[in-house]
Amino acid sequence: MNDHPLYQLTLSRMREFYREPEAIFWVFGFPIVLAFALGLAFRNSGPGELKVGVASGPGDRGLAATLDASARLGAIVLDTATGRLQLRTGRIALLVVPGDPVVYRYDSTRTESRLARLEVDDALQRSRGRTDAAAVRDERVVELGSRYIDFLIPGLLGMNLLGSGIWGVGFSVVQARQKKLLKRFMATPMRRSHYLLGFILSRLVFLFLEVTALVGFGWLMFHVGVRGSFLTLTGITVLGALSFAGLGLLVASRARTIEGVSGLMNLVMLPMWILSGTFFSYARFPDAMIPFVKALPLTALNDALRAVMIDGTSVAALGAPLGVVATWGAVSFVVALKIFRWR
Amino acid sequence: MKRYGDVVAVAGLDLAVAAGECFGLLGPNGAGKTTTIEILEGLTPPDGGEVEVLGQPWRDGAPGRALRERLGIQLQETQLADKLTVAETVQLFRSFYHRSHTVDEVLALVELEEKRGARVASLSGGQKQRLAVACALVSRPDLLFLDEPTTGLDPQSRRQLWDIIGRFREAGGSVLLTTHYMEEAERLCDRVAIMDHGKVIAHGTPRQLIASLGADHVVEFALAGEAQVMPAALEGLPGVKRVRPGPDRIALTVAEVHRAVPALLALLERQGAELSLLTTHHATLEDVFVSLTGRQLRDE
Repeated sequence: MNDHPLYQLTLSRMREFYREPEAIFWVFGFPIVLAFALGLAFRNSGPGELKVGVASGPGDRGLAATLDASARLGAIVLDTATGRLQLRTGRIALLVVPGDPVVYRYDSTRTESRLARLEVDDALQRSRGRTDAAAVRDERVVELGSRYIDFLIPGLLGMNLLGSGIWGVGFSVVQARQKKLLKRFMATPMRRSHYLLGFILSRLVFLFLEVTALVGFGWLMFHVGVRGSFLTLTGITVLGALSFAGLGLLVASRARTIEGVSGLMNLVMLPMWILSGTFFSYARFPDAMIPFVKALPLTALNDALRAVMIDGTSVAALGAPLGVVATWGAVSFVVALKIFRWR
Repeated sequence: MKRYGDVVAVAGLDLAVAAGECFGLLGPNGAGKTTTIEILEGLTPPDGGEVEVLGQPWRDGAPGRALRERLGIQLQETQLADKLTVAETVQLFRSFYHRSHTVDEVLALVELEEKRGARVASLSGGQKQRLAVACALVSRPDLLFLDEPTTGLDPQSRRQLWDIIGRFREAGGSVLLTTHYMEEAERLCDRVAIMDHGKVIAHGTPRQLIASLGADHVVEFALAGEAQVMPAALEGLPGVKRVRPGPDRIALTVAEVHRAVPALLALLERQGAELSLLTTHHATLEDVFVSLTGRQLRDE
């Protein structure tokens, strides 16, 4: 066992990886830093106080005081030029020009401005004596699973599996080719399949650490839980890691230089980072693009991870995305094996 | 035969290496030594001709792997993984073979025991090269291929490698090596083939090749100023077998230095020419190469 070439190849891969401090950071540290920063930036503190300006003129102070009295608004008096500037640069959401009629200046394409218009109008009309026709009551909830961080953690997990699969495999293969180490291995009775499998097996070992680190961090820091079964989550990440390792082998199958393979890796990964719904939902893309976006392996993996972590979906209902992930992996691996440059 | 595009790298090579022999392929850079050895190693497919190694042709799959079990190969440009230790590297290579040496055995063979736990990146050039040879020896090969094993090494490291190769031969192994160091070929090889422009231009034992010069000493001299001396006059001197005018000096192949040198000095004296350089040495394979091609082996 100790002398089996597959064991030794896998062990060598792992040693080369964990003796590279930069690689450790990019695989384990970076996703956690990213999750932490984004989790803080998009924490659910509610919309807060909306800043509005009141243009100076007759009655400006009274109007500002009326608006400022609302808990959801903060109003300041500004001269017209400053007010316009601040509106344009987004420092205030809306500028109120007192008079008869009162004028609201705002950009109707900005969500914040439209919200400010509703709030300002409400406060103003009430102060001038409007009464509500129907009785209503607010019921406020914070649903775990509906926050941005709940959306983000599975996406980062998917992105991390993609990155470590493609970087981890791609760079090492091309480096070995460049240093003529591949050729040296070809001069031994080593089986080619053992060499490639060694990469994939070592990926699986690190996968457990990667997933544990990121999911554990999400849970400890932001209480991002896993609603579905851990077994399903494990299965999906293993499938994702295998598939991306196959993709990594394909990317590295011909390249002779690190520069060459870096370009190819970016070509493969960048579109998926943007399109595959890592940081924001891919539903924002035009309808015509959606089938294409859904056919990408990272999209499929992210969908499956979110289904398990957020919705608690069972593995049986995930056939379609998992099929996409598996197909990408299998096709990449077979093609890589066919066209691989061994020297 | 091997072609790269229109360039024929190696052509018309007809060689046989006997078991237990150390055979050297000798020649300047670009002569086709590496292409030849890699064809023999089964790493480069030839465009024509026949290759047999240990009595077998190269085939894919199981027969090829079985043949590789019996070979030890060191390639010219391989850089082993920097992050692995010496022992880990040997352990990895050993796992590819069925009847391999243990790590300790092979590290003892190349005298790297103290460097067992050191990372490859921290080794000196000579130590890296010995590790590369260790990875070749770990298979207990019948035949060892070494491609310029000592190029770029300091004299002490070179001598250490020669000792390693010597011990391997004493144990009955065969060696095929390439080199552009004449001293190395004369010292290690039973037979050598001198290559130039992809062809073998001479082969035999180092002694035979040197004897083919017809004399075993070389006298080189140069004249000061504009002085000239006719080659015909030099050829008539006692003991001189051959005259080779070079760019900056004239070389004489001579049988008897004690007769040729005084005669040469007397001739120059009569012509009133003054020497700016005079050296003599035993004829080497270097002189064989120069006399065959008119060029120096290394551009130094």
